[in-house]
Amino acid sequence: MKIAVLVKQVPGSESPLSVKPSQEWVDESSIAYIMNESDNYALEEALQIKEANGEGEIVVVSLGPVRIQKVIREALAKGADRAIHIQMETEGAIDPLVTASHFAEALKEENFDLIFTGLQSDDVGMGQTGVILGEMMGMATASLAMATEVGDGKIKVKRELEAGWFQWVSLSLPACLTIQSGLNIPRYPSLKGIMGAKRKEIKVVEPSFSEPKQSLEKLYVPQSDKKTVMIEGTVDQMVEKLIDTFRNDIKVL
Amino acid sequence: MDILVVLEDNNGKIHRMGLESIAAAQAMASGLNLTMGAVVMGANADALANEASAYNIGEIIQVDNGLLASYSSDGYAEAVKQIIEQENPTYVLFGHTYQVRDFAPKISAKLMKPFLVDNVAVSTDGGKAVFTKQMFNAKLFSDITINGEGPYLVSFQSAAFSSEKAEAGSATVRKGSIDLDASMIKTESEAPFQEEAGGIDLSSAELIVSVGRGIGKKENIPLVKELVAALGAELASSRPVVDAGWLSSAHQVGSSGQSVSPKMYLALGISGAIQHVVGMKGSKNIVAINKDPEAPIFEIADYGVVGDVLEIVPKLTEALES
Repeated sequence: MKIAVLVKQVPGSESPLSVKPSQEWVDESSIAYIMNESDNYALEEALQIKEANGEGEIVVVSLGPVRIQKVIREALAKGADRAIHIQMETEGAIDPLVTASHFAEALKEENFDLIFTGLQSDDVGMGQTGVILGEMMGMATASLAMATEVGDGKIKVKRELEAGWFQWVSLSLPACLTIQSGLNIPRYPSLKGIMGAKRKEIKVVEPSFSEPKQSLEKLYVPQSDKKTVMIEGTVDQMVEKLIDTFRNDIKVL
Repeated sequence: MDILVVLEDNNGKIHRMGLESIAAAQAMASGLNLTMGAVVMGANADALANEASAYNIGEIIQVDNGLLASYSSDGYAEAVKQIIEQENPTYVLFGHTYQVRDFAPKISAKLMKPFLVDNVAVSTDGGKAVFTKQMFNAKLFSDITINGEGPYLVSFQSAAFSSEKAEAGSATVRKGSIDLDASMIKTESEAPFQEEAGGIDLSSAELIVSVGRGIGKKENIPLVKELVAALGAELASSRPVVDAGWLSSAHQVGSSGQSVSPKMYLALGISGAIQHVVGMKGSKNIVAINKDPEAPIFEIADYGVVGDVLEIVPKLTEALES
């Protein structure tokens, strides 16, 4: 079983985030980066499939500038066997057709049985790169995977539907899945894993240019049209004002 | 037609977000001076076509095909792709439903045309469409433009347009024809099912205390439960709390959980990601406590407290009990 896992490096949920004066992108110098949340679950699912099978290879694939090797190393430390780094600048890059084309080019000679990606990225959040890639590779696809079962040349996927509904779908291999958060408990890298990761291969490839079909015009902080009453003061004062609000404004006490 | 709306079947009726897409199409058609149409699909899409024909949406293309009896991403993507090729619209509009996220990117790949997803608004100033989408977990907004020739696939976020604004009218219905083969469908689907809800119905609750990732760890959940008891409220949560195993999914509010509209929704340590907000923005009063003043929850909150939930919650409980 040969599995590719696409991971993306994105700003952490608590990272400072400011828009550049040009409004073309965020100021990357101040960002604390992490592995995209659903990609972390996708990696864990791949590792568990390999462990249950007793054999296989997991290749982590990521696209971006040199800084993303931090999350590549993290994935290798958790147990991925090797990596492909599609090296390019990604400031302002949002077109999933371009991103998926680069992945398709880098993966086409590899003959993967499975490709896993996170459901969507926590930065631009286009939520379609995985499905587009699967389609480009001629694979069966399924999104919003909440559980997987591998066997008999197939993968069975529990897909999340809306409002608490689910559905099992069978896909013949090769197949490409986008993974929803919460389907497993992602591991932390072990010390041994961290040491071992340093010796694992990261193949760096450079993509050919592809013209984007959608472009970021500008990025900005949203203007709220809602008036929010801010309750301020010391903790005790805030508690007192909250109770007053519950009682006299919202009238729930 | 210039704008084609793809309407989704939701148990024999048009999905609410399909009606929102009709409202979106009407807004774009009047701003850009374009013609409209819609497509409905199924083994027999009579009921959907009939429902759609009561709107001012130009004409309805009804596609009846046995291979569309139940949803498959391959079948739906191929069917819509063929209709797009026949009708040659400039814009193809969808509601940003879970089903659309599953199959519409395949159309984008087949046609090599862009899919602009999850938009909250569209501007047609100067005869040019500019789409607005949330980015960075709704902390920032982006304006996105399209390059090259259409068709352009576009989806709108839930409630970006109001379904009540969809103008009534009378649309004509005509049968569409597509060429589908069972071998094109690479997946086999079982019947949809619901997991046991755990007996918690939040939809009718008047008071909800909802907890997010900001509570820090499972050991802090009892602090919230004490406040819930003191207020006589129901306990809810955002998805990360369920994913982490701190509460069962029966408590989850949002796109993959329950939708609620209480008199008061007290959000504790919830950042306000859109997946959560769609399930609770109908609340009459939203009170948010979060230590991050930039958290998007404050965009929709009526009352906001920038502070540490772990400090405030126990004192709030104590004050309510006394």
